[in-house]
Amino acid sequence: MTILTILSLIPILLGLFFFLVGTIGILRLPDFYTRLHAAGKCDSLAAELMVCGIALYNLQPFNLANLLVSAKLLLIGAFIFVVSPTATHAITEAALVLGVKPWKRPEKRYP
Amino acid sequence: MKTRVATFTVMLIFWVVLSGMFDAFHLSLGVVCCLLIAYFSHDLLFYGDNRYPLGRDLLGLAAYTPWLLYEIVVANLQVAYIVLHPRMLELIDPHVIRFKTRLQRPIARVTFGQSITMTPGTITVSIHDDEFSVYALTRSGSASLPGEMEVRIAKALEPS
Repeated sequence: MTILTILSLIPILLGLFFFLVGTIGILRLPDFYTRLHAAGKCDSLAAELMVCGIALYNLQPFNLANLLVSAKLLLIGAFIFVVSPTATHAITEAALVLGVKPWKRPEKRYP
Repeated sequence: MKTRVATFTVMLIFWVVLSGMFDAFHLSLGVVCCLLIAYFSHDLLFYGDNRYPLGRDLLGLAAYTPWLLYEIVVANLQVAYIVLHPRMLELIDPHVIRFKTRLQRPIARVTFGQSITMTPGTITVSIHDDEFSVYALTRSGSASLPGEMEVRIAKALEPS
């Protein structure tokens, strides 16, 4: 275990945690739109964290070839950063236009 | 001309990173390709508008991104708390809010919309002229809009 391995494990494990939360959110939340919150959001942060962690881990041994691979990984991260919210926005608007009914909070749950 | 140089630079960096070859043949091939792309589609990547200097936009975005990342982390933890809460359905209250923005430039509005979507708990549904429709998961999530985010984007991208 080198220091770099431990340093890269931290973001990877954090990313795993947020992926887990996103998955639980998709299963637990009540309707299409609220599920999009969990899917689109926790996933984007989780994907960023994991890409950064893997890019760090990949730097050992440190040489030019590994540096280029890490740079490509960071480029993937940058694309996810821009594309993920765009996709979430497009799906939400499409669902609203098609008339998918949002879940409303019941007025009184416990009489 | 400025957008051509900027497009060429970005494309060349992209080429070098993706190819990973540093011999004369591959580099010259890349330069030729990037020149062609910069010549034909220079107005695609950078919005050609001489009133706003490109460098200032990039600096503004660079100053804005760390704050956005911090907000994303905080908001993600809030959504994680809601999702993992045993009585989750009592915490959430999905609703759509509408508000008007004072941002004028299209790029600033797009940045604002993307930032809202990126911070969990809120999704930008549509932007019609200056009216935003935002779908929020909780009341506290929508209460802070437009708020500090708009001010910071205005500082980064709007002419002062």
